[in-house]
Amino acid sequence: MLSGQRACLVREIRLQNAMLEKIITAEEISAAVAELCVKANRRLPPDVLRGLEESLAREHNPGAREILGQLLQNAALAGEKDLPLCQDTGLAVFFVELGQEARLRGDLYAAINEGVRRGYGRGFLRKSSCDPFTRENSGDNTPAIIHLELVPGSNLRICFLAKGGGSENMSRVTMLAPAQGWPGIKDFVLGRVRAAGGNPCPPLLIGLGIGGTFERAALLAKKALLRPLDEPNPEPDLREKERELLELVNGLGVGPMGLGGRATCLGLHILKANCHIASLPLAVNIQCHSARHAAVLL
Amino acid sequence: MSRPVKITAPLQGSAGEQIVESLRAGDSVLLSGVIYTARDAAHQRLFRLLRAGEPAPFELRGAVIYYCGPTPAPPGRPIGSAGPTTSYRMDAFAPLLHAHGVKATIGKGPRGQEVRDSLREHRALYFGATGGAGALLAACVQEARVLAFPDLGPEAIHELKVEDFPLLVINDAQGGDLFGLFELGSRP
Repeated sequence: MLSGQRACLVREIRLQNAMLEKIITAEEISAAVAELCVKANRRLPPDVLRGLEESLAREHNPGAREILGQLLQNAALAGEKDLPLCQDTGLAVFFVELGQEARLRGDLYAAINEGVRRGYGRGFLRKSSCDPFTRENSGDNTPAIIHLELVPGSNLRICFLAKGGGSENMSRVTMLAPAQGWPGIKDFVLGRVRAAGGNPCPPLLIGLGIGGTFERAALLAKKALLRPLDEPNPEPDLREKERELLELVNGLGVGPMGLGGRATCLGLHILKANCHIASLPLAVNIQCHSARHAAVLL
Repeated sequence: MSRPVKITAPLQGSAGEQIVESLRAGDSVLLSGVIYTARDAAHQRLFRLLRAGEPAPFELRGAVIYYCGPTPAPPGRPIGSAGPTTSYRMDAFAPLLHAHGVKATIGKGPRGQEVRDSLREHRALYFGATGGAGALLAACVQEARVLAFPDLGPEAIHELKVEDFPLLVINDAQGGDLFGLFELGSRP
């Protein structure tokens, strides 16, 4: 082959590759995020809806049955009338997985915040973000809370969680002594659920982050909330611990809205990480029954 | 569940007094009439006004206050989603409002001892509404308008006209406490 022809061929292949290579634009990200915010605030994930239905089927307490019935009616009504499930449409929390080979055009953080601005405006969602001292509302629910993780591949996965304040207020991080172990973890969680009572809108989802450092435990606890209720923990030991502690939590009798009953918790999920030999960090992230989250893959 | 008792807000005069005295913790209620939303920021402002001896933006005597920050009203609706927020954050303000004549508050979750004492002293009620049922509860709101503090956005005081708003008496004026029946820790 002549050198001129070869150069031409190489150029053409490069051009084809560039055309095949996906470029994710800021506009695509903003549009997808706006859609996620609106959708997640109007429809409960199917596993959460099933969890509420199963709770109703198991519950004998008439007051608790009445409340669970109202929550199912509310979910149906929100879907029909395009209304938010709850007036607390949350701070906008994002778990973003960015493929190491993904190509972005524009500022990822700015694009997500723009999506929040659009979604919370267009969807008639409540803006609940304010300065911690002046309490001045930002007016568009930004800035979002964005957790970014690099992963293999070339995709961008964005998971949105509408995190309400009432349940977040009942969450805690504690640093246990290593000797307290699993019994100490169980005691702390049970004490927290009992003290929280009706405040965080049970039936709850509970995310536990065990190990890591102070901040890693908190992040794991929040991430644990995103696992679907019908998806078992992949680690058999953790699966057994989740089952044991869920049983104990539901034995407390807190019940829907704290007014008594069996349905205190729909699911308790654990994520763990290695920790310092001196510590046993534990984070308990409480989520209300309106566990609104949704994800998109770009 | 007991048959719901129909009541009308505001709870003024002898009729209002009679309702307050007759209801008991655990009773189901359907409330119609006019109520006012106020949550954290609006309570701070109300508190400052009353402390300064200035009038509140609405008649407090007989008033029913709803701890709620609704979502914006979409076109063609009086209000968006409008469920209760957690009440304990307003505990510090409740006794002064009771002293100025507020006859009932609506929220979710238990109240502290200072509020339970104040309810008895000032003859008032605390109702629970179902948290996270904001779309369902909004269906009972017929009219809504921002009455005061529009700069607070979702935390502004809204005047709501409601019909058959479903409530549960949590604390009555006789010291009855629905949460107390479950002997759970009442404060977070």
